[in-house]
Amino acid sequence: MKLDSKIPSGPVASKWDRARFENKLVNPANRRKFTILVVGTGLAGASAAASLGEQGYNVKSFCIQDSPRRAHSIAAQGGINAAKNYQNDGDSIYRLFYDTVKGGDYRAREANVYRLAQSSVSIIDQCVAQGVPFAREYGGLLDNRSFGGSQVERTFYARGQTGQQLLLGAYSSMMRQVADGGVTLYPRREMLDLVVIDGKARGIVVRNLITGELETHAGDAVLLATGGYGTVYYLSTNAVNSNVTAAWRAHKRGAAFANPCYTQIHPTCIPVSGEHQSKLTLMSESLRNDGRVWVPKKQGDSRPPEQIPESERDYYLERKYPSFGNLVPRDVASRNAKQACDDGRGVGESGLAVYLDFADAITRVGEDVIRMRYGNLFDMYNRITDEDPYKVPMRMYPAIHYTMGGLWVDYNLQSTVPGLHVLGEANFSDHGANRLGASALMQGLCDGYFVIPYTLAHYLGSTTLPAVSTDHDAFKEAKASTQARINTLLSVKGNQTIRGFHRKLGRIMWDYAGMARTDAGLRTALEEIPKLREEFWNTVSVPGDQNNLNQSLEHAGRVADYLEFGELLVRDALNRTESCGGHFREESQTPDGEAQRDDEHFSYVAAWEFQGVGKEPVLHKEPLVFEEVHPTQRSYK
Amino acid sequence: MATISVKLKIWRQDGPGKPGRLVDYTADTVSTDMSFLEMLDVVNEGLIKKGEDAIAFESDCREGICGACGLVINGVPNGPVRGTTTCQLHMRSFKHGDTITIEPWRAKAFPVVKDLVVDRSAFDRIIGAGGYVSFNTGGAPDGNCLPISKDVSEAAMDMAACIGCGSCVAACKNAAAHLFTSAKITHLGLLPQGQPERYTRVVRMVDQMDAEGFGNCSNEGECEAVCPKEISISGIARMYRDYQKAALKG
Ligand SMILES: Cc1cc2nc3c(=O)[nH]c(=O)nc-3n(C[C@H](O)[C@H](O)[C@H](O)COP(=O)(O)OP(=O)(O)OC[C@H]3O[C@@H](n4cnc5c(N)ncnc54)[C@H](O)[C@@H]3O)c2cc1C
Ligand code: FES
Repeated sequence: MKLDSKIPSGPVASKWDRARFENKLVNPANRRKFTILVVGTGLAGASAAASLGEQGYNVKSFCIQDSPRRAHSIAAQGGINAAKNYQNDGDSIYRLFYDTVKGGDYRAREANVYRLAQSSVSIIDQCVAQGVPFAREYGGLLDNRSFGGSQVERTFYARGQTGQQLLLGAYSSMMRQVADGGVTLYPRREMLDLVVIDGKARGIVVRNLITGELETHAGDAVLLATGGYGTVYYLSTNAVNSNVTAAWRAHKRGAAFANPCYTQIHPTCIPVSGEHQSKLTLMSESLRNDGRVWVPKKQGDSRPPEQIPESERDYYLERKYPSFGNLVPRDVASRNAKQACDDGRGVGESGLAVYLDFADAITRVGEDVIRMRYGNLFDMYNRITDEDPYKVPMRMYPAIHYTMGGLWVDYNLQSTVPGLHVLGEANFSDHGANRLGASALMQGLCDGYFVIPYTLAHYLGSTTLPAVSTDHDAFKEAKASTQARINTLLSVKGNQTIRGFHRKLGRIMWDYAGMARTDAGLRTALEEIPKLREEFWNTVSVPGDQNNLNQSLEHAGRVADYLEFGELLVRDALNRTESCGGHFREESQTPDGEAQRDDEHFSYVAAWEFQGVGKEPVLHKEPLVFEEVHPTQRSYK
Repeated sequence: MATISVKLKIWRQDGPGKPGRLVDYTADTVSTDMSFLEMLDVVNEGLIKKGEDAIAFESDCREGICGACGLVINGVPNGPVRGTTTCQLHMRSFKHGDTITIEPWRAKAFPVVKDLVVDRSAFDRIIGAGGYVSFNTGGAPDGNCLPISKDVSEAAMDMAACIGCGSCVAACKNAAAHLFTSAKITHLGLLPQGQPERYTRVVRMVDQMDAEGFGNCSNEGECEAVCPKEISISGIARMYRDYQKAALKG
C-alpha cells in the first residue's frame, strides 16, 4: 500500500485553485451515465448527493434512518465557523486556517485545512440562500459568536439547533433532486460491505432493514459519509445508531484507517446518572461564553454550591489560562475537569462533575438575555436532571463526542481504494488530533458541497470504468460473506445481551483509551478486547430472524464490528507514545500537565492496513510537512 | 434517586397489515432518573436474555431533535409532559404501580412497520414536492447582501424548528398533516429567499399532502398541544391564505 496524498504543488493559498484547474471534468451530457452511491445523509452525504444530483449525475443515497433528515448531524447545537470577518475583529481565511492547524495540535494536513478555510465563506452563502434561519442582529445582518479555542467571533448559529437547520437545508436540496429524479433514496438500509472489482470500488451490499433482504448496488464510485465511531465507547453524545460498520467493512476491503486514536472528549456533557444510561447529552460549548467553570477549592467539599463562598471556589480555567479563560479548546477543558475530579474536588453525587455557573452572566445581562441565548439548552438540562440552571449551576462532565480519526483520504477525499471517497466525520482529513468547536459542520458541508463535485469529476474523467453489473462474482462473494456473518450472529443463541457487550467494551475503551492513556493500560485493553470478542461470538443472544425489522440483529452487527475496531484504536494509541490534542499519553506531558508532542518521531499520519481479525495491522506513515505554520507547544495561557 | 415499578401494555405487531395486540409486561426497579426509552431498553434486555423478540421502537439522537422516537403513551403522543419528545420523557413523570399503555402512531398515511415503528416516508415526499428553495450549489450571493429583520428571522426559525416526528398527525382525529406542512410553508414563506416559489410551493405541498392520504383539518388544535417543539397552528391559516391566493393567480 502506498500513500500518495496528492497535495498540489505551489503556495498553500493557490493549491486548491490549481487543483481545480488541473482536474479533469465530466461533460454535462455524460454525467447521467455515471452512477454514484452515496452512503450517509448527514451534512456531508446530503450536501454531496444534492450537489451531484444537481450536476446531473445519477445518485443513489442510502441511510439507516427512516428519513435522511434524521442523520446524526441533526443534533449539532452550537454553530458553524466561517472566515467571513463580518465582525471586523481580525479574522481572515489565513487566521481560520492557522487556528485550525494549531487547534489540531499540528497533526493535520496544511493543504486540506487551507481549502476548508477558503470554502467556509461559500458555505454560509449557500445555506442562507437555502433559507437557513441563522441568528441575526437587529440591523438584519448575520450574527456571530465566539466558540472554544478562538479569539474572534466567526461562529454562525441558529439558536442551539444549528446542525438541524443546516441539515434540513441540505436535505431540502436533496429532496428537490429526489423529486426531479436525479437522486434516488434508499432509507432504512445499512451498508454491510464494499464491493471492489479490479482494484476499484464498484458497489455496496446493504441490508434492507425492513424486509431483511440483502441488496447489491453497482456504481462508478462509492462515497462514504457515514459519520464517526464515538459509540465504540458505548456512552457518548452520538446518536445511538452511529456505528463504524461501513468504514470498518471498507477497511477490511483495503481502505487504510488513519489515526483511530484521535477521539474528542467534549468538556460539557450532563454527567452519567446510572447503569441504565444509554447515551450522554451534550451541552453546547457556546455555554462557556457566559458560564464560568469552577469546583470547590477544598477536597470533598459537599456543601451545595450556593453555600460555597466566592473565596472558596476555584475558577480553574480562568486561573490557569488567563487569556482564553473558560474558552480554552475542548481537550484542554476536558483534561482539566478530569484533573479536578481526580483531585477529589468533583461535585454532585458521584463526584464526577464540575460546575458551569451562569449566576454572574445573569446578573450582568439579565435572565431574559440568557434565556434568548440558551433557552432550549437550559430546558434540556432541566428535563434530564430535574434541576433549574437559572437557579443552580449546571453539573458537567466530559464525554466522548467526536472522532478525528477515520478512513485515510488523499487531498481529493479518495481512500486507498480507488473510487471509494470518504466525506465528513468518517474521514480523517482536517482536524488533526483535536477538532475546534463549530468546525465539523463546516468540514461536512465543505466536503459535500465544494470539494467532492470537483474531485469526483476528476476521478471519473480520468479513470476507465468498464460497466459492471451486480451479477459479477465480486458482488456474489460479498453478499455471501455478509449473509454468512448474519447467519453466525443468529446461530449463537447464547444468553448474554448485545447491550451488555457494548457496555463492557465501552468500559474498557473509556478506562484504558479514554481521557488519559498509559502504556500499561493500553496493553491491558489489548488483552481484554479479544477476550470479550470471543465471549461475544460464543454467548451473545440475538433473537428474532433476519427476514424483517430486527433491531437486535442490527445492534449485534455493529457491536461485533466495534469489538474488532476497538483493538485498532488501542493499537494506534499504543504506537503513538507522544501526547497530542485529544490523545493524552500520561508518559508525555509538560511539567504543568499539558500535552507534550514529539514532533521528531510522530509528525505523521498513522494509516493502518488490515491484515485479518486479531492480526497485527501494518502501519503506513504519511509524513506531515509544515510549510506555513511552524509547530510550537500549544499555549492558551 | 427513587425506584418504582410499572405495568406496561405494549402494542406488538409482526409486520405491516398483520394483526396486532397489546401485550402485558412489567418493568421493575425502574430508576426515576431513567428516560422512558431507557426503561424500554431494560425491558428489551430482559426479553433478549430469554431469546424473545425485542420490542421494536425507533430512536436515534435521544435528545429531542431527530424526530425518530414518537410513541403514543396512555393515549397521548409523547406522554404527559408538554413540549417533550418521547426520548426526553423521564420516568419521574410516573408513579409506582402505574399502568402505561404504549402504542404506535396511528394514521392511514403512517402504516405500522412492526410493533411501535411506523412508516413516515409520506413526510419526505411532501418536502420533495416543494419544501425547498430552488437553486444549485455554488450560485449563492454573499450571505449578508440580504438583510432580514430579526423578528422575521426568529419567526421563521420558530417554524423551521419542526422535527418531522409526526406527533401532530398522531394526535389529530382526522390524521391531518397540516401542522407539519404549514410549518415548512411558513418558514420559507416568511423569508425573502422563499418568495419566488411561494405560491407554487404551497399548491404542490398541499396537493401532495392530500395525495398521501392525510385527513382534513377541523381546527381542534390537538396538534399544537402535543407538538414537542410547540409549533403554532397560526401557520395553518397562512397556508390556507396562500393556497387561495395561488388559486386566484391560477
Ligand atoms: C450533540 C452534538 C453536537 C454537535 N455540535 C456541533 C457543533 O455545534 N458544531 C460542529 O461543527 N459540530 C458539532 N458536532 C459534530 C457534528 O455534528 C458531526 O461531526 C457531523 O454532523 C457529522 O456529519 P456527517 O455528515 O459526517 O455524518 P452523520 O451526520 O453522522 O451522518 C451519518 C450518516 O451515515 C448513515 N450511516 C451510518 N452508517 C451507515 C451504514 N452502515 N449504512 C448506511 N448508512 C449509514 C447514517 O444513517 C447517517 O445518515 C456535534 C456533535 C454532537 C454529537
Ligand atoms: S430520539 Fe431523536 S427526537 Fe427522540
